[in-house]
Amino acid sequence: MSDPTTYISHLELGEPDKTYLDSNELIINMGPQHPATHGVLRVILKLDGEKVLGTECVIGYLHRGVEKIAEHRTYAMFNPYVDRMDYVAAVSNGLGYCEAVEKLLNIEAPPRANYIRVILTELNRLASHQLWLGTHALDIGAITPLFYLFRDREEILKIFERYCGARLTTHAFRIGGCQYETYDGFERDVENFIAFARPKIDEYEGLLTGNRIWLERTRGVGRISADDCKALGVTGPVLRASGVKWDLRKAKPYAAYAEMNFEIPTGVNGDTYDRYLVRVEEMRQSLRILEQAVAKIPEGPIMAKIPKVLKPPVGEIYHSIEAPKGELGYFIVSDGSTQPYRLRVRPPSFVNLQALDLMVRGQLVADVIAVIGTLDIVLGEVDR
Amino acid sequence: MPEETKSPVPPPPEGDKPSAPKAAAPEKPAAPAKPAGPAPVPWDSPLTARLKQRYGSGITPSTYLGQNYMVADSSLIPELLEVLRDEEKFDYCVDLTALHYPNREKQFDLVWILYSFAANERIRVKTMIAEGAAVPTSTSVWPATNWLEREVFDMFGIRFTGHPDLRRILLPEDWKGHPLRKDYGIIQQDQEWVKINLGIESGQ
Repeated sequence: MSDPTTYISHLELGEPDKTYLDSNELIINMGPQHPATHGVLRVILKLDGEKVLGTECVIGYLHRGVEKIAEHRTYAMFNPYVDRMDYVAAVSNGLGYCEAVEKLLNIEAPPRANYIRVILTELNRLASHQLWLGTHALDIGAITPLFYLFRDREEILKIFERYCGARLTTHAFRIGGCQYETYDGFERDVENFIAFARPKIDEYEGLLTGNRIWLERTRGVGRISADDCKALGVTGPVLRASGVKWDLRKAKPYAAYAEMNFEIPTGVNGDTYDRYLVRVEEMRQSLRILEQAVAKIPEGPIMAKIPKVLKPPVGEIYHSIEAPKGELGYFIVSDGSTQPYRLRVRPPSFVNLQALDLMVRGQLVADVIAVIGTLDIVLGEVDR
Repeated sequence: MPEETKSPVPPPPEGDKPSAPKAAAPEKPAAPAKPAGPAPVPWDSPLTARLKQRYGSGITPSTYLGQNYMVADSSLIPELLEVLRDEEKFDYCVDLTALHYPNREKQFDLVWILYSFAANERIRVKTMIAEGAAVPTSTSVWPATNWLEREVFDMFGIRFTGHPDLRRILLPEDWKGHPLRKDYGIIQQDQEWVKINLGIESGQ
């Protein structure tokens, strides 16, 4: 990997006849208020004409200190806070947190709760990927998909709303299971959604997959190799698009994923186009998981027996799940009291964003937009 | 918010306790006699045997709730991490974070969470360091730790020697204080910075 601290200049390129005045080097700010950075991300770009010589990300605009807040809240009180990190995939955040605390307490959620968790998490993965695809395509210049995807995402949010009353920051799960039993017609709603969404995914593909402009803008853009991904800790669809068949739902199954049948889509080139294909295929696999989960959902309690006051024994736990963006981990240290002694969130967006510099170096400035989009970051999670 | 940190059950007032309930009191906690929480047990595996052979008492491998970790002497960093990456194939550094124990002689715990794609195995490496002590950077072992070390520096003030660009990452560069230290209050902030940059007395 190239050393990210050095920038290439004309002199280093072996062009001693060029003077300083021949250089087109330009330093510009992208963001923090920029529609294509998906939040308040500031990228300082060092450009030579249109070519990117280096980047630096300035983050922290949305820093709320959730890890500090966690130390001053009880385990149950902190639960709603995690929804505000990756706010387009709040259900995944909640699942990771609840499961981590359950592990620390050495309890297990009942099977029915695990199935409800799988259904809602997969719906949320779809919603997250739909939001990603709509905005990513919009960034690149395709306006139509945005409307299609927001229209279809609405159906998922309606199911969330019927289930727990909230659309985005759902707070759907509790430590030990789920608070709410499914409403009458929940299974039918999910089944209807599956039948509704399947042809829609073909429709998105019809708009983009073979689209000449889309191909030109995404193929070969922002390539990253599997080794670089591993070295930089990049996970999720970005890692899979580089050809690594790795998904925590398979590698370290949690909730009821061990009982589900699904494939891990992978790419070959590790470019923006492959990442698009991987995510679209993941949407289809999510529908497959939903189908199985709804068909097999068992009867039974939805809450494990947990004490009224949660006091995990002294100890520590790391638990992670496959969030739509990558590995979302919680490292919780308990001192035996009602509040975590330390709660660390391992945010996939934060770690993945680090790869931006490597992915855009030497590319055109317009590709920076494409690469930020393809990394699928949410600044609420980057900054926490 | 000092009341938040108190335990939810206030201690009974001292002094005016009659003797009769006092005799009955010991029975009450005996009824829900909870088994003591699971305790860490030594972790034995070919991996720990190899590391033990090399480092002896420098590392203490344990298992807690099915998760393996080792406490390593801080002088073994980053050599131990390099060995773990190159010889034991822990090629993915999941996370690096720290903990603050203000009452301990070595105040900070540094925790690396490592994963091996080949073995599908996750371990944690912990080391204790004192306030003001610097740790050699592990950016040469896993470039992923670049931002993670910056975050630890930002939040705890732990310095990493040899880091290519050790600056604050989430907080403003001229902020004073390290918020995730235990002596940093929950509503505390750098009043001076807020005044200069935001033009208000307090950010609350």
